[in-house]
Order: sequence, then structure tokens, then C-alpha cells
Amino acid sequence: MSRTLYDKLVDAHKVCNLPDGDMLIYVDFHIMNEYTSPQAFSGLSAKRLDVWRSEAHLAVVDHVNATRDSKPHDAASKLLIDNLEANCIKHGIALYGLGDPRQGIEHVVVPEQGLVVPGMLIACGDSHTTTYGAYGALGFGIGTSEVEHVLATQTLRYKRMKTMRVIVEGDTAPGVTAKDIIMKVVHVVRAGGGNGYAVEFAGSAIRDLDMAGRMTVCNMAVELGARAALIAADEITEAALKGHPHTGQFAFKGENWVSDPEAVFDEEITISGANIEPLITWGTSPDQSVPITANVPSKLDYVSPKAKAALERSLKYMGLTEGQSAQSIKIDTAFIGSCTNSRIEDLREAAKILQGRQVAEGVKAIVVPGSAMTRIKAEAEGLRDVFEAAGFEWRPEAGCSMCLAMNDDIAMDGERVASSTNRNFEGRQGRGARTHLMSPAMVAAAAVSGHLADVRDFK
Amino acid sequence: MMKTIKGIAAPLPLANVDTDVIMPKRFLITITREGLADGTLADLRFDNVGQLRPEFILNKAPWTRATILIVGDNFGCGSSREHAVWGLRQLKIDACIGTSFAGIFYDNARKNGLALPIVSPKTRDALLQFSSNARGAKVSINLDNRTITAGEISVVFEMDNATRTSLIRGSDDTLDTLEQAAAIHDFEATLDDSMWVNVIQ
Repeated sequence: MSRTLYDKLVDAHKVCNLPDGDMLIYVDFHIMNEYTSPQAFSGLSAKRLDVWRSEAHLAVVDHVNATRDSKPHDAASKLLIDNLEANCIKHGIALYGLGDPRQGIEHVVVPEQGLVVPGMLIACGDSHTTTYGAYGALGFGIGTSEVEHVLATQTLRYKRMKTMRVIVEGDTAPGVTAKDIIMKVVHVVRAGGGNGYAVEFAGSAIRDLDMAGRMTVCNMAVELGARAALIAADEITEAALKGHPHTGQFAFKGENWVSDPEAVFDEEITISGANIEPLITWGTSPDQSVPITANVPSKLDYVSPKAKAALERSLKYMGLTEGQSAQSIKIDTAFIGSCTNSRIEDLREAAKILQGRQVAEGVKAIVVPGSAMTRIKAEAEGLRDVFEAAGFEWRPEAGCSMCLAMNDDIAMDGERVASSTNRNFEGRQGRGARTHLMSPAMVAAAAVSGHLADVRDFK
Repeated sequence: MMKTIKGIAAPLPLANVDTDVIMPKRFLITITREGLADGTLADLRFDNVGQLRPEFILNKAPWTRATILIVGDNFGCGSSREHAVWGLRQLKIDACIGTSFAGIFYDNARKNGLALPIVSPKTRDALLQFSSNARGAKVSINLDNRTITAGEISVVFEMDNATRTSLIRGSDDTLDTLEQAAAIHDFEATLDDSMWVNVIQ
């Protein structure tokens, strides 16, 4: 019987069926952060339970820590960071804490440390855990009660998802990145269009991506509601594993972690790679995007009164006029960072635009490398010099920072941010803050232009 | 939890209400589950200086007493933060009726006794209309036979069996799963020595 990659991963981790219709699945590896795990540990204590298998967990400080400095910026964030450390010591769990050379954004450091290989099942109290699908691993986000459940049982109660295959076929044009591919997919499938689905990405435009690009795609698949995102393991996956000291000896069986040729998906969508342009979001949902050459929608573009009202609400929050050109949108801030786009490959792309150019007058520009190792590598390559010469602030510490503004990087009411992050929700980067999502190179282009700009105009 | 949830329903028709909106980040810097009622939907309920927004539905009688929300598509999308569900429960919300919910939010709701009945867009729109009645529209959700009753409206809703059972029983999934400890040990015994089993040494 032909099976999809998703079904193979679920089958390989199924412990047993439960009487209520759920199944128990085994979690190979579980990652925690300082903000969604405290109540899980207190739940364990209240129930007098131990951690089932402490070596299968890793904790990382990334969400609330300041990135200007290696010390917590206030007492509240210090409490979360200290609490995580105490819980890890108590239960014998590995921790990448502040000052640790391995510290950084969880979904950046896990692949960087060689902790993900095809066929694994990885859970984490963070929605962007879909990132690991880039390696042919089943990764998904869970809530705090489920964090407690994994700690105590090494399993999760699980319902098999429906399957969707998104095929992006055909070469993308120069200037079009993995970020634009996934933003296009989110635009086509819509924000809730993937609810209840595990999505497999396929097609030549996906296969041509390097591992960093594949991670960007799988990372943002959660924005269409997908509970899992997958890309079949192939020679690019194999080369990445072989080249890493921790996984160099791994017996790569890539053929095990692909969908069978005859496998049937519940839904299938095909997108032409050649038709994808660099995109920007104009609204308050990640599916509200247009090509950088286009205009912000107007009410005439919609039929239903509900859609017109939704447009009006988004435009009001964003401080935009219907029909205005994307490139006429002036920015206050440029932010490069997040689990979507803060890897060394992302920094290199942005630096290419910034080389020999200056951030526009009045624009605040910040770059937060995704991990301590990424930062050190970037500095060795001279990228820091490029960013700083252009007028970017280069952050010495890694973390989520202004992606969700849980530390002291909070955009002000009305502040407009060109951002390489994943969510443009109301209030995401600060109360009243206005977020435009785009690729890191597009953020760099906007930073030097002072307004949203087409990366293809920068040679 | 009881088999039937009854209460005044409030219409919240916005689509894609994300967990950043349900529980803004400034309320997340905490190590407990408590004290989240004021943070729930804070930017919709309060203005920049902390005053109630009189025009927001939950700030108007009779919906100040609402225990059921009729919500837009894709409710609870975005971040995995369970704080969003804890906050809704602390705001005395027992159920959100909608057409689709984000997966992590759906699972978080089950763990905290928040019922999320799924209905068709047509039924949802009828319930939005019904709950807009300023005399206070009472809605009844029967988990046992999966029906919603609201005035003239009587419809069957969708909810998977495991979630429905868990809500009715008010069970603790962690403790229940530990009853399967033998099966988990058996599974672990089948894991070979391949690298991914002991990836953290």
C-alpha cells in the first residue's frame, strides 16, 4: 500500500491506539523554551511525576532574553530564565542558556547542533516547530499541557491529519527566495487553509532550495494552519548531514523518508515557480500579501461586504490607503532576525544588498543573528562589518527579539517595520506596531530605500 | 465539565483572531497559569490607557455576562501559547463556536475544558445573527449528542470523539497516558540503536 511521507512518519512512531480514537505517538526529541514550559514543570510537581527520559529533551533560552546584552533586561524575564535553569537542573535536562556558545533561537540551534535527522519526531512548545520538516522529520508545535505530557510520558495523544501536497514547479526568478515561495503558498492556500493538514512540499523549486531555504518554507507552513510541514529527504539533506560533525556518521536512509510515487494526498495544489515575485504583506494576516511591484488592494477587488470590511479594518490598523503602491510604503524600522530568517544564508543575502550602501535617513535597522554560532560565523565572514558600515545595529546576543517583542525590542504604536519574520498580526511586534513581512534581502532593500523596495532593482 | 454548556453568547465575527490578539505578549512573562483574565483580548477590550472600550461587544450588556463566543474562521491561529486558552477560561468562557480552529489552539482548549464546537459557515452566521440580540441570546451546547440549540436553531456540530470524551470526563491526559506505560516501554524496546534515538547524549 502506497504511503505518504507523513503517514510513514506517523506509523513509525505509533505506540498504540487509545480507546477514545486517538493514538499515542512517541516523541524522539522534545525542545523547550523559557516561556511555554514553566507551567508544564509545575504540573509535573503538582502530580508528583518524574521526567520519563531526560536525555530526550533540550531547553533553550530564546524568547524573552535581551539581545543587546547577555544579561536579562528586567526582573520578569530573569524570573523566566532562572526558572528554566532550575527546572533543567532538577530534572537533568540539557540547557543552552544565556552565555552558552550553543545558545540561540531554538529552531536555528537544533539543526546547527546536528540534532535533527530524517525520520525523527520532534515536538516543541512553539508553533514554528514545523521547521524540522525540512529534514524529512515530523515536527510540530504543542501547548504547555502537552509539554507536561511529553515530559511525563515521552508521548503525545495524536490524531492523524489529512494530507496536502503543495507542488512548486519550475525555476524561480533571480531575487525570489524561499521566503517568497512560502509567502506565495500562504497567500494561495490562505491563513486557515491548512488547518487539519500535514503539508508536504514538492516540485523543482523546493528541491532546488538549500537546507536553510527549506527550513524557511517549512517554518512558515504553520501560517496556513498546517500542523506539520515536510520535504522529502534527498541528496541535499544527505550532504548537510554528512558535512556535520554530529551527524556525519548517521546511516542516511533517505529512501525511507519520501512519499511513495503512488501515494494519494487528500489535497494537491500546484504553483508555478516562475510566476512568484518578491512579496510583501500589507495587512495583519500573513496571507495578505502582494508582489512588491503591485498595489495594496482596494475595496473594488472584493465582492462580499465581509471581505470589504476586513480589508478596511486591516488598512486602518496598518495606516495604509487602499490602492497605494507597495513601494510607496515608508518604513521606520528594518528588522532582520527570527526562526524564519536569521541563518547565515539569510545574513549573506541581506549583506549583498547592503554592501556599499547606507540605511536611509531616519530608519532604525537591527539585525539579530539566529544563534551565537551564526553570529561568530558571520563575523568571521565579514558580514558584521557590512551590516555595521551600512548603518545596521548588529546584536551581540541571539534570540527571537523583535519578531514577537517579548524582550525589550518593542515597536511603538504606529511604528512601521520591514521585517524578515513570520507574523504580521495586530500587536505582534508591539501594541499598534505595523509589520510588513518579506525576505531578508527585501528588508535590506527597504532599509536603504526608506520605503518598501524591489530587491531586483539592486544589482 | 458538564455534558451541557448553557449561557449568553456574544458575536465575535473577526476572522483569523490569533493568539497574540487573544493574549498579548505583555501578559506572558509569568511562570503560573493564573492572573490572565485581564490580559484576555486586552487590546480589543481596553484602550491605550486601560479604559474599557464601550463599543466592544464584551463590554456591553448583556454580553458582559457571555460565556460562549461565536467566532470567525480560523480562530486561535498563530503562536502555540496556551495562555490564550487559560485566559479565555479565566474570563469565564466555556465554549467558542466557529467554523475552523487552529490545531494547537484546538488541542490546548481540550486540555482546559474549553469546548470548540465546529459548525458550517451558514450555521455560524445564523448564530452570529442570533447572538447579536441585545436581550441576551441564550445558547445551549449538548456535548453528549453534539447539538447546539439557540432559539429556533437546532444543529448538530462536529467534534472528534476523543476531545468530546475528554471534555465530558474532565480527564487528565497525562495521568491517563501513564496507564499505558507498559506499551510505551514496549515501543522503546523496539527502537534500534540508530542515532536519532539518543540524539542528546
